Amino acid sequence: MIHPIPPGTRDVLPDEMRELRRLQGSLLDVFENYGYGEVRTPTIEYADVVSLGDEASAGDAYRFFDDRGELLALRTDMTIPIARLVATRFGEVEPPWRLSYVANSYRAVTPQRARLREFGQAGIELIGIEGPEGIAEVVEVLARALDAVGLENAVIGLGDAGLWSALVRDAGGGDGVVESSSRRLAAHDIVGLGAELESSGEFPGPRIEEMLDLVQRRGGPEIITTARSGAGSGLEAVLDRLEATCEAVSRRSVGERIQLDLGMLRDLGYYTGPIIEVYDPSVGEAIGGGGRYDGLMERFGVSQPAAGFSLYLEGIHRAQLEQNGGDDD
Amino acid sequence: MDEVLGLLDRIGIETAGVRGDSRSLVFDGGEVILVTMRPYDVPTYVEAGAADIGITGKDVLLEQDDRSVFELLDLGVGLCRMVLATRKGDAGPSEHQRRLGMMRIATKYPRIAERYFEGQGRQVEVVEVKGSIELAPLVGLADGIVDLVATGRTLAENDLEEREQIVTCTARLVANQVSYRLRSDEIASLTSRLREAAR
Repeated sequence: MIHPIPPGTRDVLPDEMRELRRLQGSLLDVFENYGYGEVRTPTIEYADVVSLGDEASAGDAYRFFDDRGELLALRTDMTIPIARLVATRFGEVEPPWRLSYVANSYRAVTPQRARLREFGQAGIELIGIEGPEGIAEVVEVLARALDAVGLENAVIGLGDAGLWSALVRDAGGGDGVVESSSRRLAAHDIVGLGAELESSGEFPGPRIEEMLDLVQRRGGPEIITTARSGAGSGLEAVLDRLEATCEAVSRRSVGERIQLDLGMLRDLGYYTGPIIEVYDPSVGEAIGGGGRYDGLMERFGVSQPAAGFSLYLEGIHRAQLEQNGGDDD
Repeated sequence: MDEVLGLLDRIGIETAGVRGDSRSLVFDGGEVILVTMRPYDVPTYVEAGAADIGITGKDVLLEQDDRSVFELLDLGVGLCRMVLATRKGDAGPSEHQRRLGMMRIATKYPRIAERYFEGQGRQVEVVEVKGSIELAPLVGLADGIVDLVATGRTLAENDLEEREQIVTCTARLVANQVSYRLRSDEIASLTSRLREAAR
């Protein structure tokens, strides 16, 4: 008899499971070596905890009422549960807190787009180390983790969540155009972004050209230097932060993995400073991401800086497969 | 398609293969490999990374607005208008709205149509058809259509008239998010040369 399973889910059989276990094991070893302790949180949380973390993607959460009439949700990532965990149970523990996880999370997806509703992630959260050093440590662990699973060609993109709004405000833009244009940039619709800036009437034509050119720059640390010319005070501050982050990362010898991207803007609303994305040439979308999310911690009542990353297990596995497929003995 | 190939010619891409009558779908363009397909499949291939970059109409991008592709450039060619059209001599959209409370619209672009009418607070029933949209009002499937119009000849020949313009559409250059980063120099070069050629 054939019994279907819900769309967006899948069964894993022994051959694949062995590879996934190996993959997870390699990642957890790296995390452990850097002093990150593995945690596990419940698959189900109160829906308002999940929404507290991120109102934008709260709509993608699977919610249901339990037998007591309380609204619960399946977790949409692990960063929000860990923020809750730390806020609730780490009152007596001195920061910094280094935590890691391998866990499945759940999000609603568009049908027939080869997306999973239930997806696996492995990652770390570093809470209590502020500024460039915090991000640099996270990037170092990420680079070692990618090495450990054999993805030497993977690239770590580095940007800053505050860059675009600083640029717009320096040019005299108000809250309205900051918000509407950020949405266009998050979708990386450069044409729509230009149209948005034009229709606001708040910027002269040539200025718009400059802004669009700036957010399409990606490459090495030299792009920070060139971006400084003509930069307003808001952008200067962000570039200082980005430069300090690059330097801190180089000191840990992982600079060659990094590609700076002035137009990077991650969808998750809780990032507040440097943001990272992970790309492998053999997978058509990012296989991981992260950054600094001090703002999220504040929402949970924790006054500590926080940064981290997560890697999509299915993405890593696919990249590994493509790599092995290319090797003919 | 011709206008797009013209732009590619101008930036030095070899388009003779694509222009020929080979049944192949993959051509060596010199600097790039050219792959041909229906415009509405371009976002699928580019989103998945099966193609690093693609060219398709804004109508396709508006209809499949949940695809994550990076829209880099308006090529300015292939100008078309998305319009609401009804039969010539018909009472017109507002008459249908007034008496029936809603209109039945046939279209290949259900999401664009729904968004347009919803944005104006108008009730419509959208029927999706895959081709020959002009047929729908002629045989009574729908009261009107939402379709892409270039010269307007097809509408005229089928006894339809344009009532409202929804949006103008041109050909756009899109890129895969990973290729955009990992092949940034090549994509930046192609984008700036196409921008020049499109002026």
